[in-house]
Amino acid sequence: MMDFLSNDLLQLMDSGVRFATPLLLACLAGLYSERAGIFDIGLEGKMLVAAFAAGAFSAFAGMSVADGGWNMGGAAVWVGLGAAIVASTIMAMIHAFASITLRGNQLISGVAINFFAAGITVLIGQYWFKMGGQTPQLREGQRFDPITLPFAKSVQDVPVIGPIYHDLISGHNIIVYLGFVIVALTWLVLYRTRFGLRMRAVGENPGAVDTAGISVVKLRYSALIVTGILCGLAGAYLSLGTAAAGFGKDMTAGRGFIALAALIFAKWKPIPAMWATLLFGLLEAVGNKYQKVDLGFMVLPGQFMQALPYILTVVILAGFVGKAIPPKAGGEPYVKER
Amino acid sequence: MSSVTKNAGRLDAVAPAIELIGISKAFGPVQANKNISMTVAKGAIHGIVGENGAGKSTLMSILYGFYKADAGAVKINGVPTQINDSHDAIAAGIGMVHQHFMLVDNFTVLENVILGAEEGATLGPSLRKARKELKRLADEYELDVDPDALIDDISVGFQQRVEILKALYRQAEILILDEPTGVLTPDEADHLFRILRNLKEQGKTIVIITHKLREIMDVTDSVSVMRRGEMTKTIATATTSPEDLAEAMVGRRVLLEVNKVPAQVGETVMEVRDLSVTDIHKVKRLKGVSFELKRGEILGIAGVAGNGQSELLEVIAGIGPATSGEVLMHGEAIDVSAKANAQLRRHRGISHVPEDRHQRGLVMPFMTWENTTFGYHNEPEYCGKYGLANQRFMVEDARGKMERFDIRPPNPQLVASSFSGGNQQKIVLAREIERNPDVLLIGQPTRGVDIGAIEFIHQQIVNLRDAGKAILLVSVELDEIQALSDRILVMFDGVIQGERMPEDTNEGELGLLMAGVDPETGK
Amino acid sequence: MNKSLPKWVDLGLIPFFTLLLAFAVSGLVVMSIGQNPIEVVKVMLQGAFNPFGIGHTLYFTTNFIFTGLAVAVAFHARLFNIGGEGQAGVAGVGVAVVMLAFDWPHWTIALLAGTLAAMAFGAAWAAIPAYLQAKRGSHIVITTIMFNLIATALIGYLLVGPMQAEGSLPESPSFPPGAALPSMYEILGWFGIPFDKFAPANISFFMALIAAVFVWVLIWKSRLGYEMRAFGHSERAAVYAGISPLKITMVAMLLSGALSGMMAINTVQGEAERLVLGAVEGAGFIGIAVALMGRSHPVGVVLAAFLFGILTQGGAELQFTLGIPAQMITVIQALIIMFTGSLENMVRIPLEKLFLNTGKRGAAS
Repeated sequence: MMDFLSNDLLQLMDSGVRFATPLLLACLAGLYSERAGIFDIGLEGKMLVAAFAAGAFSAFAGMSVADGGWNMGGAAVWVGLGAAIVASTIMAMIHAFASITLRGNQLISGVAINFFAAGITVLIGQYWFKMGGQTPQLREGQRFDPITLPFAKSVQDVPVIGPIYHDLISGHNIIVYLGFVIVALTWLVLYRTRFGLRMRAVGENPGAVDTAGISVVKLRYSALIVTGILCGLAGAYLSLGTAAAGFGKDMTAGRGFIALAALIFAKWKPIPAMWATLLFGLLEAVGNKYQKVDLGFMVLPGQFMQALPYILTVVILAGFVGKAIPPKAGGEPYVKER
Repeated sequence: MSSVTKNAGRLDAVAPAIELIGISKAFGPVQANKNISMTVAKGAIHGIVGENGAGKSTLMSILYGFYKADAGAVKINGVPTQINDSHDAIAAGIGMVHQHFMLVDNFTVLENVILGAEEGATLGPSLRKARKELKRLADEYELDVDPDALIDDISVGFQQRVEILKALYRQAEILILDEPTGVLTPDEADHLFRILRNLKEQGKTIVIITHKLREIMDVTDSVSVMRRGEMTKTIATATTSPEDLAEAMVGRRVLLEVNKVPAQVGETVMEVRDLSVTDIHKVKRLKGVSFELKRGEILGIAGVAGNGQSELLEVIAGIGPATSGEVLMHGEAIDVSAKANAQLRRHRGISHVPEDRHQRGLVMPFMTWENTTFGYHNEPEYCGKYGLANQRFMVEDARGKMERFDIRPPNPQLVASSFSGGNQQKIVLAREIERNPDVLLIGQPTRGVDIGAIEFIHQQIVNLRDAGKAILLVSVELDEIQALSDRILVMFDGVIQGERMPEDTNEGELGLLMAGVDPETGK
Repeated sequence: MNKSLPKWVDLGLIPFFTLLLAFAVSGLVVMSIGQNPIEVVKVMLQGAFNPFGIGHTLYFTTNFIFTGLAVAVAFHARLFNIGGEGQAGVAGVGVAVVMLAFDWPHWTIALLAGTLAAMAFGAAWAAIPAYLQAKRGSHIVITTIMFNLIATALIGYLLVGPMQAEGSLPESPSFPPGAALPSMYEILGWFGIPFDKFAPANISFFMALIAAVFVWVLIWKSRLGYEMRAFGHSERAAVYAGISPLKITMVAMLLSGALSGMMAINTVQGEAERLVLGAVEGAGFIGIAVALMGRSHPVGVVLAAFLFGILTQGGAELQFTLGIPAQMITVIQALIIMFTGSLENMVRIPLEKLFLNTGKRGAAS
């Protein structure tokens, strides 16, 4: 038991944090757009193109000129990150154009973007690398390395706190830490800045914003730019910050939808979003480590853990765990009242 | 044309706060504002009265930059001003308190006030400044509100104060209030007027849009009357009276002649007892209404829209539930709870021509033969085998109805949206009347209907009454009520203000009742 | 007083132009991977229509007709059923359970039983999201997406657990021979028409066509369809007429789920003759594109399904002949969804300006 607590639990939580990171970033991405009143079920697609762009461009940037690359050494990973953000934001702008300017159906737009991303990534991947849609295995300088926090080695042997600090908190790559920083930033932006106030308002009552003399269109586009950037980070993490070391077909594996589920679970708030995604990350870690969970009277199969986030979301939406009320103006294009 | 108004005896050398010159605005074929000119003196409280659809809200929306006028000019304090959007209006010192509040429900009062008027990128300084300013405004104008309360949690009266505070925070010198007392209790309304008088003392100019004559007489210095998109009269309040205004509001029109033999009124068919309706915003829309409806009579319900008539019709028709009270048909109670269903009403012999044919009475993309069976589509004669509809009969039936009701063009395959307003209404009428109901509920039978069809529709209603049916007629058109009704009830603010026989009353008296004024006492 | 576009513009021009845009952008994508669009089109059409390929085209078309009809039926009641993937998947489980339960004597009985099972299981999977939407206002789009993902997990579990055949593959045992459905080759053989023996198309193609007719009768000829359409156009009017929003929501979604489920007859019973992972392969999502393109009308749905069938089979040929990944087709499908769905106003607004303004000028005011 002690063994489990000291070794396995810590290990699970450590994995949980790493699994949670892309979920957290995607979840925060969705928070911005939905709080501004735009339904975005295209998080999955944006993450996917970002993951591809990151893997592809990091590979190019890191390859020697002889192989057709740009030989940028350690800067390669940052090129990949930048490409990921650009790719994701382009997708976000398409969604913005369809939803805001054209006042089209936001759900169809999201579905289309997911589909498009699944196709275009493999298509271009095959064309560039001829590896069946994958990007080349990324090496040193093309990936994010774990960061050892100060004193981690020295406190390692201190009882209780030592292992927690060394195993759980230290040793993640920069995107992981960035994720938590962004949670705090988002909270600040949302509740302490002018932009955040206006953004929250436009998702609840765009009329109030319009009559106050602020452009509803500009606000919503701005929110979607942030969505694009954060999905870019999420996707970049998948290919540059995990053991995958590159892009693989459909590598997002539904994470965009789990992030959406976490967003609803968190009632569209940043700090609960952090806890929700950590929970889902932990579930994924447990599901990975244990094929089945023995509850004594019953054995839960691994697939149950896999499905748990979705089941939880439905329960939330059904209003059984308090009301999950989305932003009032969500999903409705803004038209001036006649 | 406008008349220059004087402010309490002082000859004004100061430029008027607002000058509207020749404002016109059309929405498609509807001319909402026709060449309107209006002057409001600085520091005056100016009222704009008129019935629904007169164009008052449109005019003020233009002033606030929500709409752009098709023609005309605006001068603020003597300076020609271009108002292209709300931003310009705010910059010109104009603030608007909308009829439907523009507030974010899950924000605090403070957050709503600073929205759009924040200082700098972080909120801290803005919130502090606003808190101080709100305190000052509260002290100066009796505009107390808890700055940290959520809009969701405060009463409608307080929400309105937030709207006013928003405008004052942005240094509005001109305040426009659109139907401000529609959602207030009498006490809250009195408090509002106190606030307005305080504002006036500080030199603010106020424009109130309302249909309530009592308020005009109580609080305004001058008043303009609008009717059908035009400004018919502008006058100093002290020189007019409610009767005067009522007449100008309702208009002197030739009473439409209807061929009518005296009614042969029989026994009571429907009884409404103490019916009350509270809506989802907790506002009481219908307050203990009781009356009887008898065979062979047309009972007309007069009143300006929004005084509970719609809720009354909806409860009886089975569209919405009653909060309390009863409705009885032939002495037996009808279920008016939330479980009620409109189809059951039809089985009890109640047919309904709804006020809004576009959203309720017809399905606009449906063809005529689909609309002539709407609500009755499960009746045996319209049914085919195995759950199919008897389409052939439905089309023939529609053809017959179109012929009998002179609906043109007489093509049952045309969709409802391609007919004129009058013909659309005739489709609804044909459907409801030919079910041979015991009670027919009708709301706004001739709204948006051309003259030729109006006569026809009125005759149909009278014929139905002569056949011994009972008719409950709701209309905002007073002359329609006067021409058709055998008995008139006037509704104001959710209650029946008075009952009159048409031959014993006149427009003036009815207008007063419609505006909530007791004709005997003048209050 | 006519405020809407003439029918031929609404049902003809707009889809035409949106498709044109989608294909134009697809052409650009094709060029960006170094291929010639004309060549690509040629290969695709050849692949879809050659004697070997036509069987596959019809097989895919069958799937898309069912999922397209499913989405279309729900659309008429203004409900956006994205759960076709999950409903079809769970229907497959139902079919497998029933097929493996008995030793079926003849395919006609097996077909009947399979159909009932498919419809029942598909409808059941749509029932909970439907009820939650009607009674608790839970957004049906999100709940159906969640149910899709739950279905994947559920089927994954079943195929490595209770329903797994002997061996290590995640699939069910094969169905008894009596359950095997006649393939297109056999059916056409009854009429003396030659066909590819190994094509996966089977009798469910004709069932799909029958389903299309049934949907047409339901939506435009039945009283229930009348109520669904009224509700879809205006909930307020429906309440006025005494139509129950709860009843319509439930019925529309149950029918929709049942139609999605029918797809399992084609794939699980007709072709694979056992349950495998990923039997649905995105057909549920394509159903959305098909319903959008076909304007939710059965004739449009069948035609659009055929187009997507051509695309899918053509895509397989592209892969085989030109080495272009099948994802090319996914991209084209996505572009079609985008332009006919969310970007439709790019085409609609200019056309409305053109047609409605001309009308105004012509008429007297």
